[in-house]
Amino acid sequence: MKKMNLVVVGNGMAGMRVVEELLKIAPDIYDITVFGDEPYPNYNRIMLSPVLANEQTIDDIILNTREWYAENNITLHTNARVNKIDRVNRVVYAEDGTSAEYDRLLLATGSKPFMLPIPGADLQGVLGYRDIKDTNDMIEAAKQYKHAVVIGGGLLGLEAANGLKIQGMDVTVVHKNEWLLERQLDKTAGKMLQKSLEAKGLQFLLKKDTEALIGKDGRVSAVKFKDGQEVPADLVVMAVGIRPNFALAESAGIHCNRGIVVNDTMQTFDPRVYAVGECVSHRGMSYGLVAPLFEMAKVCATHLANFGIGLYKGSVTSTKLKVTGIDLFSAGDFSGGEDTEEIVLHDAVGGVYKKLVIKDDKIIGSVLYGDTADGAWYFQMLRDSKPIHEIRDHLMFGQDSLGNTGHQGQDKAAAMTDEMEVCGCNGVCKGTIVKAIQEKGLFTIDDVKKQTKAGSSCGSCVGLVEQILASTLGGGYAPPSSAKSVCGCTDKSHEMVREEIRTHKYLNISDAMKGMGWSTPNGCATCRPALNYYLISTWPHEAKDDPQSRFINERVHANIQKDGTYSVIPRMYGGVTSSDQLRKIADVADKYNVPMVKVTGGQRIDLLGVKKEDLTSMWADLDMPSGYAYGKSIRTVKTCVGSEFCRFGTQNSTQLGIDIEKAFDHMWAPHKVKFAVSGCPRNCAESGIKDVGIIGVDSGWEIYVGGNGGIKTEVAQFLCKVKTAEEVIEYSGAFIQIYREEARYLDRTVHWIERVGLDYVKKRILEDAEGRKAAFERLLYALQGSVDPWAERVKKRDEHKEFETITL
Amino acid sequence: MTWKVICPLTDIPKLGSRLVRTKSVDIGIFRTEDDRVFALNNSCPHKGGPLSQGIVYGDKVACPLHSWKISLVDGKAEEPDVGETACYPVKVEDGIVYLEV
Ligand code: SRM
Ligand SMILES: Cc1cc2nc3c(=O)[nH]c(=O)nc-3n(C[C@H](O)[C@H](O)[C@H](O)COP(=O)(O)OP(=O)(O)OC[C@H]3O[C@@H](n4cnc5c(N)ncnc54)[C@H](O)[C@@H]3O)c2cc1C
Ligand code: SF4
Ligand code: FES
Repeated sequence: MKKMNLVVVGNGMAGMRVVEELLKIAPDIYDITVFGDEPYPNYNRIMLSPVLANEQTIDDIILNTREWYAENNITLHTNARVNKIDRVNRVVYAEDGTSAEYDRLLLATGSKPFMLPIPGADLQGVLGYRDIKDTNDMIEAAKQYKHAVVIGGGLLGLEAANGLKIQGMDVTVVHKNEWLLERQLDKTAGKMLQKSLEAKGLQFLLKKDTEALIGKDGRVSAVKFKDGQEVPADLVVMAVGIRPNFALAESAGIHCNRGIVVNDTMQTFDPRVYAVGECVSHRGMSYGLVAPLFEMAKVCATHLANFGIGLYKGSVTSTKLKVTGIDLFSAGDFSGGEDTEEIVLHDAVGGVYKKLVIKDDKIIGSVLYGDTADGAWYFQMLRDSKPIHEIRDHLMFGQDSLGNTGHQGQDKAAAMTDEMEVCGCNGVCKGTIVKAIQEKGLFTIDDVKKQTKAGSSCGSCVGLVEQILASTLGGGYAPPSSAKSVCGCTDKSHEMVREEIRTHKYLNISDAMKGMGWSTPNGCATCRPALNYYLISTWPHEAKDDPQSRFINERVHANIQKDGTYSVIPRMYGGVTSSDQLRKIADVADKYNVPMVKVTGGQRIDLLGVKKEDLTSMWADLDMPSGYAYGKSIRTVKTCVGSEFCRFGTQNSTQLGIDIEKAFDHMWAPHKVKFAVSGCPRNCAESGIKDVGIIGVDSGWEIYVGGNGGIKTEVAQFLCKVKTAEEVIEYSGAFIQIYREEARYLDRTVHWIERVGLDYVKKRILEDAEGRKAAFERLLYALQGSVDPWAERVKKRDEHKEFETITL
Repeated sequence: MTWKVICPLTDIPKLGSRLVRTKSVDIGIFRTEDDRVFALNNSCPHKGGPLSQGIVYGDKVACPLHSWKISLVDGKAEEPDVGETACYPVKVEDGIVYLEV
C-alpha cells in the first residue's frame, strides 16, 4: 500500500511531539516531511533559560538529532520558512523554493514574542526571547556591553534577567504592575520573590510605563518612561507576552481567531489540516506552556494514526520559575473572590509563604513560595476536583503529614545530593534521574520510569521522583490526572472500562478489546490481567477466566522465585494447625528435598524452592487447600489466641478468624486482601494494619478498614461496631464486595478508600442496610461453587499441560 | 542440526508457551494469537528469569521476574533495557511443531 504524505510546518516542541507519538503507535502509515525556519533540529525551548544561565549548553538541549530524523525516514528542511499553502492541490511551498505535497498537514508554528509598538523598537540591541538565536545574541551582547533592561516581570522576563545577570550585566527589570508575576502570584508572594531576586543583584522598576527607546548610532542606549525618567540600556529584552503565529494559516483561508481555531480532535476547519501548540485557539484558549501542548500532541497523533480515540478538552496549567535557588509554584485561580476561602501560612523570616484557595470543598488555586515540595500534590487535587474536608486539617502541612511520599524520614528531593539513592529497588540515584530528564528530554513520570527504572518496581519512591521531575522541568511538568488510562493500549480509564463491561456485557477479553477499540491486537502485560479481573468480578459464573491473562503465580497457583522455582503455602485457617498437618508438611518437605521450610509473617508455613514439575504431586501428597499466598485474592486471616485461652480475651477471635477465612476462601480481588481478628484491644493480631481488622471488645466487635502494613504503613480507620460474629461477616463481606466491584485493579483497600473517601464507604455499608445485604449476597453468589485450585489440578492432571516439561 | 518433533500445536495454548528441556539448554516455545510459533532460550537477559512463564502479547513476552519485555521475533529486550537472548528455528507442519537443534 502506498503511504500517505504527512507534512509538518514548524519543527518545534509541539509538532515534533506529535511525530514522536505517531511513530510509537503507527510507524508505517506516513511518509513524513518537516519544515522548520530555524537552522537547528528540534530542541527543548524551555531549557534556553538554563543555557543563558550557563547551566547547560545548546548541545545538551537538542531533543531530536539530525540522525534521528534520518533513522525514522523523516525528510527535514531546516532554514525553510513555509510561506504558502495551496489547499486545492494540497501542496506547501517554502521561501527557499522547496515544496511538498500532503495528504495530511500539521501546523505547529508556535508563537512570536510581542514587541511593544514604541519609538525605537527597531533599534539594534532590542530583542525578544524565543529561540537559540536570541539566546546567542544576548550572550554576545553581554561580552561587549554593561547595561541590560528587561521589559516585563513575567516568567520569561525574570528568567532572561537572571541569565543576563549571570552573564555579567547590570540588569534592571521594568514592570507595569505593582508586583512581579501578577498572573502567577498574589502580592505577598510577589514581594517575597522580588526581595530574593534583589538579593541576587537584580534591580526593579515597578509601576513603570515605557514610552520610547532612545538610540545612539543605530543602537539602543537608554529606556525612557512616561514619567520622564530615563535609564541607560545597551540591550533591551522585551518579554511582555507572546502572540500565536497564525499568519500562514490565515493566508491559506483557514479559520483563525487570535489563533488557528481547532476542535477537540485538533482539526482545523479543513479536516485534512491539523494544528497543535501555541499557535492554536482551542475553545477560545491559547496556551504558552508545554504540558498542554503535549496533551494536544497525544490526541492529534491518535487521530492521525486513525485510531479515532481521545479528545482534547483543554488544560489547567501550573507554573514554576526556573531560577536556581528560588522555589515558586502556582496553579489555578489564586486571587480568591466572594464565595472562596483561603488557607494561608506565612513565615516572613523563613521565607515561606503558602496559600490555598478553596471553593465548595475543593482546591481551586494555590501559590507556594519558598517550599514547593507539595505543589504537584495540590495541583493534582485541583485537577481532579478532589473533596478535601477529610484532610483539611493537614492540608497545609503537606503530603508528608499524611504519610504519602514514601517511608517516613525520606529526604525531600531538593535537599538530596546527586549521589543519594531515590529508588531502592533498582538502585537509581538522584543525579541519574536529573541527567535523564535533561538529556533525554523526559516530561512524565512514565518516561522517567521507562528510561531510568526509578519508581517502576514497588512504587514507594514515585512521590520523590515526581518532585525531582517538577523541580527540573519547571512549568513543563504537569502531574497526570488520576483518571489515567489503563495502559498505552487504550485511552479509557479503569472506571470507563468497568462501566462498558457492565453495559455491553462483555464476557471475554477479545470481545471486550474489540468492543472498546483497543489499539493493540491482544493488549499487553498490564491491561490483560486488569481486564480479566474486571470481567470475572462483574460477571461471575458467566465471564470466561483467561489463564493466559493472569500473571504466572495465579496461573500455576504458586509463587515464582528468583531462580524459577516456586513456593508452596497451604492454608491454615486462622493460623491454627495440628500435629497431623505438621507431620504431612514435614514428610512432603523430605520427599521433595525442599531447601527451606519457613514460618511466614502470615501465620502459616512456606515450603520454598519447589520445582514446577513437582507442584502437582506435592499438592496431592499434602492434601491441604491452597493458601492463595500468590494471588490478588484473599490471603490470610491472622488471629490471636482469644477468649478460649487468653486471660484478657473478651471474644473468641480464633474461631471468628477461621470462619471468615472459610467464608471468603477462593475470592479474587483487585489486589490482595488481608484480615486479622484480635480478641481484645491489646490487638496481638495487628488488626490495625489490615485491609479489614477486627477487634473484640466486651460488648461486641469493632471493625476497621483500609489498613496496610506494606510499602507505606497505613493505619486502618474505624468503620463501625457490631454485636455478633454474623454481623462482622456480613459487614466486612459487603465492604470487600464493594471494593471488588469499584476499585481499580492493583489498588489495595487503602488506595480505594483514599479516592472515594471513608464517608462514601460508611454511606454504602452503614446507612444503607438493604444495599449492604445485597452486596454481601453478591459476594456469596460470586463464591458459590468455587473449588480449591490445588485439588482441582491434582484431579485433572491431564488438562493442565502447563506443568509438564517436554524433554528432548 | 536436525528438526525434532516437539508436540501438536494445540498443546501450546494461544498466547502461551511450553518449556522444552534439551541436554544443553532450556528452550521456551511460544505461540501467538495468530498461531505463529517462536523459540527462545528460556533465560531472560536481565537476571535469567524463565521467559516461558511470562505473559505473551503481540509478538512479545513479559518476563515473570521484573517485567522486561522480550521480542519473540529477535530475542531483543525492549528499550530502554538492553540485552538479547538466543532464538532457535521452529516450524509448524500439519499441525505439529518442530524445533531445529
Ligand atoms: C512469604 C512472606 C514473607 C515471609 O517469609 O514471612 C511474603 C513474601 C512475599 N511478599 Fe509479602 N510476604 C509475606 C507477608 C507480608 C506481610 C505481613 C502480613 O501479611 O501480615 C506484608 C505487610 C502487610 C500488608 O500486605 O499490608 C507483606 C507485604 C508485601 C507487599 C507490599 C504490599 C503493599 O500493599 O504495600 C508486597 C508487594 C506486592 O504485593 O505488590 C509483597 C510481596 C511479596 C512476594 C509475593 C513478592 C513476589 O511477588 O514474589 C514475596 C514472595 C517471596 C517468595 O519468593 O516466595 N509483600 N507481605 C509472607 C507470606 C505471608 C503469608 O503467609 O501469606
Ligand atoms: C526562554 C523560554 C523559557 C520557557 N520556559 C518554559 C517552562 O519552564 N515551562 C513551559 O511549560 N514552557 C516554557 N516555555 C514555553 C515553551 O517553550 C513553549 O510553550 C513551546 O515551545 C511551544 O511549542 P510550539 O511547538 O507550539 O512552538 P515552538 O516550540 O516555538 O515551535 C514552533 C516552530 O515553528 C517554526 N515556524 C514558525 N512558522 C514557521 C513557518 N512558516 N515555516 C517553518 N517553520 C515555522 C518556529 O521557528 C519554531 O521553530 C519557555 C519558552 C521560552 C522561550
Ligand atoms: S519477602 Fe517481601 S520483604 Fe522480603 S524480599 Fe521478598 S518482597 Fe521484599
Ligand atoms: S530476569 Fe527477566 S526481567 Fe529480571
